[in-house]
Amino acid sequence: MKFRRLIFANLFRKKIRLILTIGSFAIALVLFTFLAVVNSAFNRGIDIAGADRLIIVNRIGLIQTMPISYGDKVRAIPGVKYVTQDHWFGGVYQDEKNFFPQFAIDPENHRKVYPEFIIPDEQWNNFVKDQQGAIAGATTAKRFGWKVGDRIPIKNALYGATKTWEFNLDGIYHTEKADGDQSQFWFQWKNFDENVPAAVKSTAGWYILKLDSPDDAVRVAKTIDAMFANSSYETKTETESAFAAGFAKQFGNIEFLIITIGSVVFFTLLLVTGNTMAISVRERTAELAVLKAIGLTDRTVLFLVLIEAMMIAFIGGVLGLLLAWASIPVISVALTGLLPPLLLSKTMLSLGLVFAIFVGMVSGLLPGIGAMRMRVVNALRRV
Amino acid sequence: MVRVDGQGNGKSLIQVRGLEKTYRRGGEDIRVLQRLNLDVDKGDFVAFMGPSGSGKTTLLNLLGGLDVPSAGSITVDGDEITHMSGSKLTQWRARHVGFIFQMYNLIPVLTAFQNVELPLLLTKLSGAQRRKHVETALSVVGLANRMDHYPRQLSGGQEQRVTIARAIVSDPTFLLCDEPTGDLDRKSADEIMALIEELVGKYGKTVLMVTHDPVVAARAHTTLHLEKGVLVEASKIEPGVAAGGVR
Repeated sequence: MKFRRLIFANLFRKKIRLILTIGSFAIALVLFTFLAVVNSAFNRGIDIAGADRLIIVNRIGLIQTMPISYGDKVRAIPGVKYVTQDHWFGGVYQDEKNFFPQFAIDPENHRKVYPEFIIPDEQWNNFVKDQQGAIAGATTAKRFGWKVGDRIPIKNALYGATKTWEFNLDGIYHTEKADGDQSQFWFQWKNFDENVPAAVKSTAGWYILKLDSPDDAVRVAKTIDAMFANSSYETKTETESAFAAGFAKQFGNIEFLIITIGSVVFFTLLLVTGNTMAISVRERTAELAVLKAIGLTDRTVLFLVLIEAMMIAFIGGVLGLLLAWASIPVISVALTGLLPPLLLSKTMLSLGLVFAIFVGMVSGLLPGIGAMRMRVVNALRRV
Repeated sequence: MVRVDGQGNGKSLIQVRGLEKTYRRGGEDIRVLQRLNLDVDKGDFVAFMGPSGSGKTTLLNLLGGLDVPSAGSITVDGDEITHMSGSKLTQWRARHVGFIFQMYNLIPVLTAFQNVELPLLLTKLSGAQRRKHVETALSVVGLANRMDHYPRQLSGGQEQRVTIARAIVSDPTFLLCDEPTGDLDRKSADEIMALIEELVGKYGKTVLMVTHDPVVAARAHTTLHLEKGVLVEASKIEPGVAAGGVR
């Protein structure tokens, strides 16, 4: 690259302007990355949903329950491999800010339906034998400093008078994928069923089915909903990904919001960098004319302008991504309970960098084309 | 030998025939050059003079392949440049023309060495070969000891010397100088003209120069005046038009 000295020299020609442009790029990229991470957090359930799992909820809504007897009926449908049920608990650990999802689970089938949750056999067996037992996700255990064997008090006001439920932490689960949900807290459905008011007894919040084959999903879902049609507890059966998408939409149209803000950031960035490049090229009209006069082709001039814009974008992008990489875990901890865990993956970092360079290239295009089309004679006359 | 009558022997380095340039301004056609003829041999040093707006720079731009004529032809060393495409003309310029501008037009963020090296970046020369050429060019202009200086660290005369080094580094067929001393004091102007004379006398360069300064023009082998779009030899113009020592 014979022109690297010229490119670098031009790049650092106006240091304050360079710092400001790179700074605006970096800040915008932090914001953009943060939005992407939030979007990803809301959609994570959809991404990691099993293709061979169905969720059955009460047709009226997620907070309505269904009889526990549905489990056996559903299990008898051809194509259904395993069935398990969960129940939302909604307790408070020490303070309401310390939110994490708690479920009463069916130990017999839960592990068969969710093989991606990894728990040492010894811990799982202790949990199955211990009616006051509980399993916590690694993130939640780390967050509160829990160890296996700890006694965990959780206050609950949803089921009768406010009461503190005491659980023995028998195990800690991890997930196969680093971005899996490791925030849940499970305890035995039997414990739940024996301690809730009569109206809640023998009910399930939702059922999760594992199928023999994902191809059976539509048929099985239709069969289930038809089976309980016109009953007191009609059902709505859908794939786990559709369920997760519906759940995410309860928070509002996050994706639209993020795309809107992201677009504003994108165009602002384009204008800022484009303006910088336009001024920079304009200041160098005579120099570019001389370069053309001594034999640089129009394409080479365009290339020089584009490379310069892309280098500004690259430096700003790397800086922004480093800032995002350092700040997102801190923000994630600060927003625990309000937002799902925010994870900045390598894919996102790579995409962020590609995005930055793309913005740089687009912003350099207009001034670059201007420089390319500039007639030497006219440019020299202006000097 | 320089001729303006179009009767050259066809062996001149630069042959211009029936050159015309018309600009359109405010709906009106302005003919700057009218059926202009010129023959310049290798090693000639020609000065163009004339009042502002007479078309001197336009002629220089056409000869340097920076602009295209409305009619006529320019042939340099056997290549007719008037019908070359944009990219071919750019390549031709890189190989055949060295430009020296009034305002020097050096890249301020590059050192003298890097400025002079620029035309060589378009060649296939290696880094070591480029260095050798640049050092030679800077030695010719007397700035071998200033090659790491930036333009802001040089005087006007020195900047113009760097421009000259940049113009000669690729050993072009001819040099085009547009008011090379226009921005310099008399002493520096004399030094620059001595250097250009050396390039012609010692190195056999062909130089075409536009100037307003009769003293500077007097140092050329031939001075031509542009009048009403045509070239006239200085000896043939009426007294009073070319005051002051032109030949």
